[in-house]
Amino acid sequence: MIKKVRPHQTQNEPLIFERSSPGKFGYQLPELDVPVVDPQTALGAANVRTEIPHFPEVSEVDVIRHYTRLSTWNYAIDLGLYPLGSCTMKYNPRVNEFVARLDGIAWAHPYQPQQLAQGALRIQHDLEMYLAEITGMDAVTLQPAAGAHGELTGILMIRAYLEAQGDARKTVLIPDSAHGTNPATAAMAGYEVKEIPSNARGLIDFAALEAAVDDSTAALMMTNPNTVGIFEEDIAKVAELLHSRGAQLYMDGANMNALVGWARPGDFGVDVMHLNLHKTFSTPHGGGGPGAGPVAVKEHLTPHLPLPRVVKDGETYTAITQAAGSIGRVRAFYGNFGVLVRALAYTLAHGGNGLKNATLDAVLNANYIRKGIEDLYHLPYESPAMHEVVFSDQRQTKQGIKTGDIAKRLIDYGFHPYTVSFPLIVHGALMIEPTETESRQELDLFIDAMRSIAAEAEADPELVRGAPHSTRTSRVNETQAARNPIVKWEPPASQ
Amino acid sequence: MLRSLGHSAPEGLFAHLPPESRLNRPLDIPDGISEYEIIDYFKARAAEGAVDYASFLGAGSYRHFRPVVVDSLVTRGEFLTSYTPYQAEISQGVLTAIFEFQTMVAQLTGMDVANASMYDGSTATPEAAMMAMRITRRDKLLVAGSLHPEYNEVLDTYLKHLEAPRQQVKYDRESGQLDLADLESQLDDQTAALIVQSPNFFGIIEQIDEIAERVHRHGALLIVMFTESVAMGIVKPPTAADIVAGELQSFAHPPSFGGPSCGVLAAKGKFIRQMPGRLAGETVDADGRRAFCLTLSTREQYIRRAKATSNICTNQALVALMGTIYMTVFGKAGLRELAEQNIAKARYLESVLRDKGAKLEFTGPYFNEFVVRPMQGAAADVNKRALAKNVVGGFELSGPLEGAMLVCATEMNRREEMDRFAEAF
Amino acid sequence: MYPKDYRYTKEHEWVRVAGDVATIGITSHAQDQLGDVVFVELPAANAKLHAGQTFGTVESVKAVSDIYSPISGDVVEINEALIDAPEKINEDPHGDGWLVRAKMANKAELDSLMSAEDYEQYIAAETES
Repeated sequence: MIKKVRPHQTQNEPLIFERSSPGKFGYQLPELDVPVVDPQTALGAANVRTEIPHFPEVSEVDVIRHYTRLSTWNYAIDLGLYPLGSCTMKYNPRVNEFVARLDGIAWAHPYQPQQLAQGALRIQHDLEMYLAEITGMDAVTLQPAAGAHGELTGILMIRAYLEAQGDARKTVLIPDSAHGTNPATAAMAGYEVKEIPSNARGLIDFAALEAAVDDSTAALMMTNPNTVGIFEEDIAKVAELLHSRGAQLYMDGANMNALVGWARPGDFGVDVMHLNLHKTFSTPHGGGGPGAGPVAVKEHLTPHLPLPRVVKDGETYTAITQAAGSIGRVRAFYGNFGVLVRALAYTLAHGGNGLKNATLDAVLNANYIRKGIEDLYHLPYESPAMHEVVFSDQRQTKQGIKTGDIAKRLIDYGFHPYTVSFPLIVHGALMIEPTETESRQELDLFIDAMRSIAAEAEADPELVRGAPHSTRTSRVNETQAARNPIVKWEPPASQ
Repeated sequence: MLRSLGHSAPEGLFAHLPPESRLNRPLDIPDGISEYEIIDYFKARAAEGAVDYASFLGAGSYRHFRPVVVDSLVTRGEFLTSYTPYQAEISQGVLTAIFEFQTMVAQLTGMDVANASMYDGSTATPEAAMMAMRITRRDKLLVAGSLHPEYNEVLDTYLKHLEAPRQQVKYDRESGQLDLADLESQLDDQTAALIVQSPNFFGIIEQIDEIAERVHRHGALLIVMFTESVAMGIVKPPTAADIVAGELQSFAHPPSFGGPSCGVLAAKGKFIRQMPGRLAGETVDADGRRAFCLTLSTREQYIRRAKATSNICTNQALVALMGTIYMTVFGKAGLRELAEQNIAKARYLESVLRDKGAKLEFTGPYFNEFVVRPMQGAAADVNKRALAKNVVGGFELSGPLEGAMLVCATEMNRREEMDRFAEAF
Repeated sequence: MYPKDYRYTKEHEWVRVAGDVATIGITSHAQDQLGDVVFVELPAANAKLHAGQTFGTVESVKAVSDIYSPISGDVVEINEALIDAPEKINEDPHGDGWLVRAKMANKAELDSLMSAEDYEQYIAAETES
């Protein structure tokens, strides 16, 4: 039985261009307090455009109605459990939004004199210190704009470090369970990618790794806990092996929500790692960003950190823009500063103990879900779960039901689906990450829904295969979108 | 809950971690504080900034008025707390908005297609360069000397290990525009692309059609980059370009010390499969109704992995939404009027600075920023005097432009502020 | 299901020979695993093929698959109909959904490919594992 939701009306709404009518407007500008200038004279007639063809012309109420209606077509954390594995969809505290909008913060210009930017620089310095303590690393850069950008920053630092020793090397090793960003990053940084298999327990195959590491190996990129939600128990040994061959250990920190306060990558041999502030540190996902992907490094990599670097001297904060050995700038200005503000607010709110408790709750919630449905869904790996748990659709495929179908049916039960078909090493994966945000009530409803869908898959597979049934948009035809790409609105031919 | 899992204490959940990996002390981070105290901390940091100062800084980060409705809408939880719309059936809101964003960016830039956003302009630029290298299968890049210097540094970081030769094309010392003769002399059949900013770092509008004609004659691509999107409301779009990379921060995001902002990447339609980043596309649902979904995903890292067009995953969706709402609020007439106000304000600033004997460094047409040299002393001296009048002056330039500054006037600079700034000259 | 007069590769391509011209496509099993084909990238009309090397890709919504050439030779024709109608690969993989035709350089290469019977056994074993 569906307990969490019942259908309610949503408003229909055309595209903003279809709402548009000539002459309507929703903006207000003050009267000019300086003489009017003719743009043709100022810029030269050849440089002036006639108009922006088909741009919207709507009133302010039109704008409010349009985007409010669109918003009601989205699922969101604010509506309930959003168990996308690897994405850490936790509650986004509103105080973070408030402080990021304070005038002296939101309107700070990156080039204003540093004596008038002490607050903005201190925010970065304070956050860097906390992140270094949380990760057990020696220094942190806040420049990267997202996790993948942090990966690129980290791998470029490894390249610079190895180059300084005479050889940038050729290959980056990546487990077959890794996020797609890892191999894409290594390729962008000019490295060849070599895949390392996982073993029967879902962990990196140490023997295969040992065989693969040689003088051409620049680094191993590893996620820990890995994408199956399992802690890589050989991690210290892995680090030792890499270091003995002159290679570096990069850690993808996407799953850091499983470790904060309990274990530190710096203590188990990691040389460089990134964090996703929009995951572990509660900054809003915003429909796909902005994020921030700070990178933390050990001492030997600090000369290669990107610019600018914020340093504290006495009570004064300074941004340094030149440093020999640095990989240079990875982004203009100071990274996604507004996201950093929010992450610092989160850290201040929790404190050391609060952060540790949050991790505990996240791991507890994932294990509670595991226990609640493991008799009905196939668990490919028996190893203890951390903050997320991965099942497969092996039992349901007997009825022709795939992970994607179960996911779509979950929508009818009022939940956002888990991550579908990832990691690739689990065929038909269901990757579930509840985060610490969820109460037992919400988890019980989810378990209930998953159990109910398992029963439906047996009794009425068509019901599951045709889902979702209760959304305003039924199953979307992705094939047609890809075969005939339409990526912008065009005015009707008659106009 | 713990007991139901067979644990008597929380530590049980972490007991399987190897002992040497465990942290056996509390984190050295002070205890959590209340909301009131958090706000206090940030108010103190904000007060250490330039509150109540007039500002004439631009140089890639601009101050423009933000209509109130933008925040009313983007703080709705359904936008703020959703993620990448992989599940199209319950993400039509964000998908529809992305589709509108792509459309408006295409209309604004004169390109056929635009993606769902990049991190910012400075990272969109190397992505555009790599895209051009893939398309042309050539590896030499020409970069205008009037590109934003920080963008140039980012380009260097992204490309220096790729053995892609990069050469700088001079700007004309008089007009501030790209030196066409120097461009001509450096173009060859190995050139993948020219990257040129317009309005350029000095605020000057480039001769895009003349540049494009020369670049295309050598089979290379033209990448046009911009940092001040408000200019697009009035300046002729770079339709002769092959790829347009840019920064939409001016559309509804405050400077925020340089980020987050919103990178854009647009291109000719035939290059769509070489584009990095996400794309929303139109399709139908099972009942034949119009619907949207992410599309052409095989370009992306989560499918093509090492062979993807980029490693980008999370982009700047919420800032792109702010930009979408901003473009909608201002609309066709508003963006033009806004651009005209910027032109007028900057011309007034120019006139009061000229009255004080200051000289413009370049003769080319500028939008809302220009390079000015004080009659006496250097930019740094002027800025120091301005600060005493609660004015943050211009961006101090170096190299051949040492002593001059780049100043910016937008619709937010009142006449009185400009007069006050002029007194410092 | 699998035509007896075709030869097959372990990467799930088929080849049909008439004179010294080979027609190449992907097997029914391959298109089934891939799902709805949405895009095909084919070589230039005068490209050279090398046995065992990739000459193009077939894409579905969520996957990209390299196509490996079963034989060596010069491309004489590509199936242009696939550009607008990639679904032909799903509808008729062994017929209208062919990809390229090439003039073979070395007919002996065919000997190392599988017969229809061998291929059916091969995919049966692959599915079970």
